[in-house]
Amino acid sequence: MNGLVYGLAAFVGIVATALGCYGMVGGTGAVRLAWLVPLGGLDLTLDSLGAFFLALIGFAAVPTSIYAMAAPPDESKARFTFLGFVLSMCLVPLAANTMTFVIAWELMSITSYFLVLQDRESRSSVYAGWVYAVMTHAGLACLLAGMLLLGAWTGSPRFEDWRAAAPALASGARSGAFILLALGFAGKAGVIPLHVWLPLAHPAAPSHVSALMSGVMIKLGVYGLARVSLDWLGIGPAWWGLTILIAGAASSVIGVLYALVDHDLKRLLAFHSIENVGIILLGLGSSVVFQAAGQPTLALLGLTAALYHTVNHAAFKALLFLGAGAVVHATGTRNMEAMGGLIKRMPWTAACFLVGSAAIAALPPLNGFVSEWLTFVALFQNRHLSSIGLNLVFVLGIASLALTGGLAMACFVKAFGITFLALPRSDAAASAVEAPVATRLAMVMLAAACVGLGLGPTVIVPALGAVGASVLERAAPAMVGDWLTLEVAGGYASLSALAIAIALGAAFIVPMAALRLVRAPHRTRDYETWGCGRIVQTARMEYTATAFASPFKRVFDFFYRTTTRLDIEFHPQSRFFVQRIEYENHTSSIFHDWLYRPALELLRAGARAAGGLQSGSANLYLAYILAALLLMLVLT
Amino acid sequence: MIVEAGVAIVQLMVVGLGAPLLLGMLRTVKARLVGRRGPRPWQPYADLWKLLGKEVVVSTTSSWVFRATPYVLVATVLVAALIVPVFVAHPPLAFAGNIILLVYLFMLATFFLALAGLDAGSAFGGMGASREVAVAALAEPTIIVAVFALALRADTIDLGRVVERFGHEPWLAANPAHLLAFAAFFIVMLAETGRLPVDNPATHLELTMIHEAMVLEYSGRYLALVEWAGAIKFFLFMTLLANLFFPWGLTSSVGPGAMLLALVALGGKLAVLTGAVAVLETSVAKLRLFRVPELLAGSFALAFLSLMAVILVQ
Amino acid sequence: MFRQLRTALRAGIVTEPAAAREIERIGERLASEIARLFGRSLAIRQVDAGSCNGCELEIGGLTAPHYDVERFGVHFVASPRHADCLLVTGPVTRNMAEALRRTWEATPDPKFVIAVGDCGRDGGVFRGSYAVLGGVAEVVPVDAVIPGCPPSPAALLAGLLDAIGRQRR
Repeated sequence: MNGLVYGLAAFVGIVATALGCYGMVGGTGAVRLAWLVPLGGLDLTLDSLGAFFLALIGFAAVPTSIYAMAAPPDESKARFTFLGFVLSMCLVPLAANTMTFVIAWELMSITSYFLVLQDRESRSSVYAGWVYAVMTHAGLACLLAGMLLLGAWTGSPRFEDWRAAAPALASGARSGAFILLALGFAGKAGVIPLHVWLPLAHPAAPSHVSALMSGVMIKLGVYGLARVSLDWLGIGPAWWGLTILIAGAASSVIGVLYALVDHDLKRLLAFHSIENVGIILLGLGSSVVFQAAGQPTLALLGLTAALYHTVNHAAFKALLFLGAGAVVHATGTRNMEAMGGLIKRMPWTAACFLVGSAAIAALPPLNGFVSEWLTFVALFQNRHLSSIGLNLVFVLGIASLALTGGLAMACFVKAFGITFLALPRSDAAASAVEAPVATRLAMVMLAAACVGLGLGPTVIVPALGAVGASVLERAAPAMVGDWLTLEVAGGYASLSALAIAIALGAAFIVPMAALRLVRAPHRTRDYETWGCGRIVQTARMEYTATAFASPFKRVFDFFYRTTTRLDIEFHPQSRFFVQRIEYENHTSSIFHDWLYRPALELLRAGARAAGGLQSGSANLYLAYILAALLLMLVLT
Repeated sequence: MIVEAGVAIVQLMVVGLGAPLLLGMLRTVKARLVGRRGPRPWQPYADLWKLLGKEVVVSTTSSWVFRATPYVLVATVLVAALIVPVFVAHPPLAFAGNIILLVYLFMLATFFLALAGLDAGSAFGGMGASREVAVAALAEPTIIVAVFALALRADTIDLGRVVERFGHEPWLAANPAHLLAFAAFFIVMLAETGRLPVDNPATHLELTMIHEAMVLEYSGRYLALVEWAGAIKFFLFMTLLANLFFPWGLTSSVGPGAMLLALVALGGKLAVLTGAVAVLETSVAKLRLFRVPELLAGSFALAFLSLMAVILVQ
Repeated sequence: MFRQLRTALRAGIVTEPAAAREIERIGERLASEIARLFGRSLAIRQVDAGSCNGCELEIGGLTAPHYDVERFGVHFVASPRHADCLLVTGPVTRNMAEALRRTWEATPDPKFVIAVGDCGRDGGVFRGSYAVLGGVAEVVPVDAVIPGCPPSPAALLAGLLDAIGRQRR
């Protein structure tokens, strides 16, 4: 039964990918059922940008469904919900009017809510689901408000009509709509400071669901932001792009900072999703700014970088989540401090996770590097902007992107190194078994995709450029080049991923071969790790994840607000001997302390005050009804 | 095509064979500055040759990552050697990438070295790995912002063209933005190549090691490869400093006479820079580890100022 | 920062070149012997197997400007994995016996061991004590002994040469 339903989900994914590719090369299509949905009817249209995201959903759905077929029963029982999730996600980029969009969006949110809540017994799971539901519906409220207002002002619920009527709207109205819609979409994308649901929901959900949520669902928030800032409302003022840019810079740095100190493998990956959405928004924000400054070619470059990173992130994040799922299932824990030595017991998983780690750390020649390179080049084009303020923001964006790249590399040294290398830190890790074949197949597929996306920018970038050009009119392609090299921005920079890969491969093999020829003695001896001659070498001697993150905790103390707890149990007869030491270094999120808790306190205070209205007296309620009636008679 | 391949081979040989000499010269000059006769400048060649003939002892705790890392390190620095303008203004692989590629290639090397440090399961390796990635992550923004300041003035980020455009500018060294960027890059060079005041390459105290702690487990030919890759990384950073900020003497043509002249010019610039590094290393003490981020933040401030100077002037 | 530099430069190079002609002759012989075996490069890892640190001070003098053993291509390393030669001091206390053996195992071939001082030879002044094993040869195979309590840096240089010469034979 499992196999059938998940197979169906994979099939839906393949169809979606095919349809998406068809749409990206220029195909269009529409489905209209006026009677199915109120306020405009069901309206599905295939256009270039929507097709790209549809293909993305399909591309991620196939390996995750394959993984889910082999997932343990308690994780894979919500199979119909999963199918519904995939289907509703496919509807979102196709929706062409308000109601269709909102219904598909809400279906997606509800199905994912039930998927997050797979373990109904645990308090943390229930809390995660609760926060997720609240945040996603707060976002929905903003979306509904924005879309209904726009519909009222332009006189039609259809997105096409907004495109035509937007330039005629007052700028205040446009900006108001932008703010509402951007807030709603940013909440779904997990942009700082609306990100609080991400680190709770992604670890709680089963791994294939997390992979889809992280790889694709939050990208639909990016899809919405792209539509709002570039498409539905026409060309807006520069501050739209600046807001997106600053939000992206903040998300990228803060996301990776919180990931560095996290030792829950899946929550670490969730924070990295926030970071990568930040990087995507850096590209998107630069695109919007260039568009506002009248530089459509550069706007296309920024948008292409954002779209490329979107698909890359879907590939390597899904891979990492599936790998994490395999590890969590094999060891029974999500805590990295209890893992270790898994590379010898789970070699396939380790190799795929290494590819995913290298990809997310933006190491050449994999895909993460290419899209970050493009984002850098897009940001470097600020030399065409005349305003000093804009230049300053772009420079800060460049600096934060550079910092993010380095910190992401550091974080994945920790994630891969502590989880897979050295000795097992617990019995569960020492007895882990390799993942089943279907899981391995899914991971290998995604790893191959990472490599392919990294080696093929000369093919992919023009395709994405075509998608972007359909959104930004009068944009000339900003990149040329042959099959080997990609040249962007009129000769400003060039990249050849294939040449780098070949050069790296040759430089790897030649010294190996040369050494074999030069020095015949090839003796290797196995011995224990050098421990200064110490007698005992156990897993307790290894570095821990907490220790690995401590330099960062010191440097970025502002964000962590660390509190340290040190408990030492001395021997009852002498304080010179220690029986037990417990060290806890707890970090707290500044967003919880400074933003959400005060906001919630305010809300509760307001609710308490408003509760005064509910006195319980029937006479008072009758008086309320009378007053409301009189008011309505007077006003109308 | 044949000419380009020839230039590539010559460049690889210059970098690969010249790197141990540069390191040896640095050690000799440092020794002379403290009153010792010191080792001969070609001592590193002897060290590497001897290491190639020794047995390799591999820890039972480690995995294939440990054994693959030395080759990955060598691969990354050799590819980087073909992207940096060493003596020819347009290096062979310049079309493949620019400073961003260089930075991320070095990060690839750091990534694998840190993993190898964790792989042996010793506390030293983990500590070295943790510190090394922290320093690398904090140094990265400075490199990119400093080189972007140069790229902004040269209107291109391709290193070869930057060098060419600056080569025609007579008063380059007097430009304050240029000097600020040079200072920032110099500090980052010290951090990335593990020299004083960030890291003491000759220390024996594991608790004070950053880079050395990760290679404690390597022996024999693996150690030779790791040391050689480290020397090449130092050579490339010094070459970047010399050629990006003082781009005179680089040749655009491939005639043997022009290349020889370019090599001599490179040698002269590197000698001056090496002397400066030697003087600095013998004069300052190693910084406390948790002061290093302050130093790197200071270098970032310098790079940022340099960039702002370029933007405001334009 | 520059005060130290100025002092050093004013003092000049203090390495004693041919002051004790003994040292220079030994040094050159050392250099050629090392050249034959290790190609002009020798890495030494010093192991303290319970010594009183008198020998360590003399060994430390080897790297100081006056004796400067680095000019012959010899340098001290932190990890036995990097070493060719183990320079062991001390009478080998019971606590350090296992550590010494593991250090020897961790050193890659070809390697040799030099026991330094009277303690390293046979226990020295501590010979017969319950806490010592009585000389480095009790734990690891010793290729050379440099006697003395403690041996001077010149004697250490001579001893190093002896050890390498014996290896050749």
